[in-house]
Amino acid sequence: MSAYFIAHFLLIFLVFNMLVMSAAFMVWMERKVCAYIQDRVGPNRVGVEGLLQPFADVLKLLMKEELRPKAADAFLFTIAPIVSAAAAFTAFSVIPFGSETTLFGLLDRPLPLEVTDVNVAVLVIFAITSMGVYGIVLAGWSSNSKYSLLGGLRSSAQMISYELSYGLALAAVIVLGGSLSLRELVLNQTGYWFHVIPRWYIFLQPLGFLIYLTAGVAETNRAPFDFPEAEQELVAGYHTEYSSMSFAMFFLAEYINMVTVSAVATSLYLGGWLGPILPSWLGWLWFLLKVLLLLFFYVWMRWTLPRYRYDQLMEFGWKWLLPAAVVNLIATAALVLWIG
Amino acid sequence: MLDAIAFYTLAALILAFAIAVITARNPVHSVVFLVINFLAVAIVYIVLGAEFLAMIQVLVYAGGIVVLYLFVVMLVNLKRGPEAHQDPRRQTGAGVGLAVAVLAELTAILAYTGRNPLPAVVPAASARGPGGNTEQLGWLLYTTYLIPFEVASMLLLVAMIGAIVLARKVD
Repeated sequence: MSAYFIAHFLLIFLVFNMLVMSAAFMVWMERKVCAYIQDRVGPNRVGVEGLLQPFADVLKLLMKEELRPKAADAFLFTIAPIVSAAAAFTAFSVIPFGSETTLFGLLDRPLPLEVTDVNVAVLVIFAITSMGVYGIVLAGWSSNSKYSLLGGLRSSAQMISYELSYGLALAAVIVLGGSLSLRELVLNQTGYWFHVIPRWYIFLQPLGFLIYLTAGVAETNRAPFDFPEAEQELVAGYHTEYSSMSFAMFFLAEYINMVTVSAVATSLYLGGWLGPILPSWLGWLWFLLKVLLLLFFYVWMRWTLPRYRYDQLMEFGWKWLLPAAVVNLIATAALVLWIG
Repeated sequence: MLDAIAFYTLAALILAFAIAVITARNPVHSVVFLVINFLAVAIVYIVLGAEFLAMIQVLVYAGGIVVLYLFVVMLVNLKRGPEAHQDPRRQTGAGVGLAVAVLAELTAILAYTGRNPLPAVVPAASARGPGGNTEQLGWLLYTTYLIPFEVASMLLLVAMIGAIVLARKVD
């Protein structure tokens, strides 16, 4: 049991709990931002400014009865939310959120601030996200309800369609950075152009960033692409039949997926933990700030834009976003080859 | 030793889930078992040090193709369970024939590679080191194995065009 091992273990524990906390915080932020956008006050009774509201919600959900439709497929109905939540948590494990640290000389070798450093991190995230679809699809099917089934089908169709653009946008960054490791990709963005503009990939890949953000919204099933749970048509989509904690797990997975998508965007396009002013050991503050801004953007968008129509979503994904992503990738590859 | 334990455990898992795939009554359960099977295969790749291949296995097979299977199975078997066919043993002959053919092919390949060992360059999957095998795999695909690679992509393109032609409504 070296100090390094203990520190690493504590780091994993911390990351896991921070993810849960971030979901709670996101619920609060969503309700607050939504309220202010709609000229209301929002939750303000539980805790300061309603900050404890999410905890009250979780307590309420825990107390509720766990219901399962009689005709549901018991096994799949039970594991579907687990698959969703597990995939959401796992994806974050390869995201670096700070430079290496020895905790002020406490450790014998520097500990990178991430759960694990994998040399194919981008692919790992991508692969695990694609596993998350199963939670939703299986929930939709096993509930044995038409609303759930349609929600699940829509979700899988949407995620498959947008995964392509999402992957192609990421591929352009990989071509630029010449690595599949997130840590290396972030470190490649060190430094400034003309001493002012940070060398972030967003300035080299503005189109790629937009494609990534759009596809990311569709991947996380958020408004304006929240068809899997379009209330007017599908009641609550794939989790119509879920109650209590299993519903909460889907909820948790959705918010953690948002955090992961934002964290990946931060690492790939916004220079990760790199930033001016702060010393490098406080870089994780920059990371948090950037992720927070992206998350705010998501919430802001949800309460500003109306939902698309389903056929519009498919048409946009296949006829506009995908070609744009392909052109972006080819142009990037050509430029990289040309400049060397 | 550790490698062997990992391999045999995984092999047992893969076999068990492969059997579960074909014996499950419910087609959706079959698809779920297939996903687990593919994930176990991905772990075998990781044990071999082929992390790129492992991730592609999860991404393309477990994540992409099987979702499409699930899609079809869910739509086809909405309410009705699979009905028993008049003659459940009608495909026994064909099945045995196919199994024998596959066995013959595998034996032939084993006999061939036993006599002519593969050149040492081939196992890019076993290459370890900084950067992993992603670069080496890409390099091999675009140099040594360029023609098979291009033939495979042509095949996929043809299949894609074929599917579009078949699916298109006749005006």
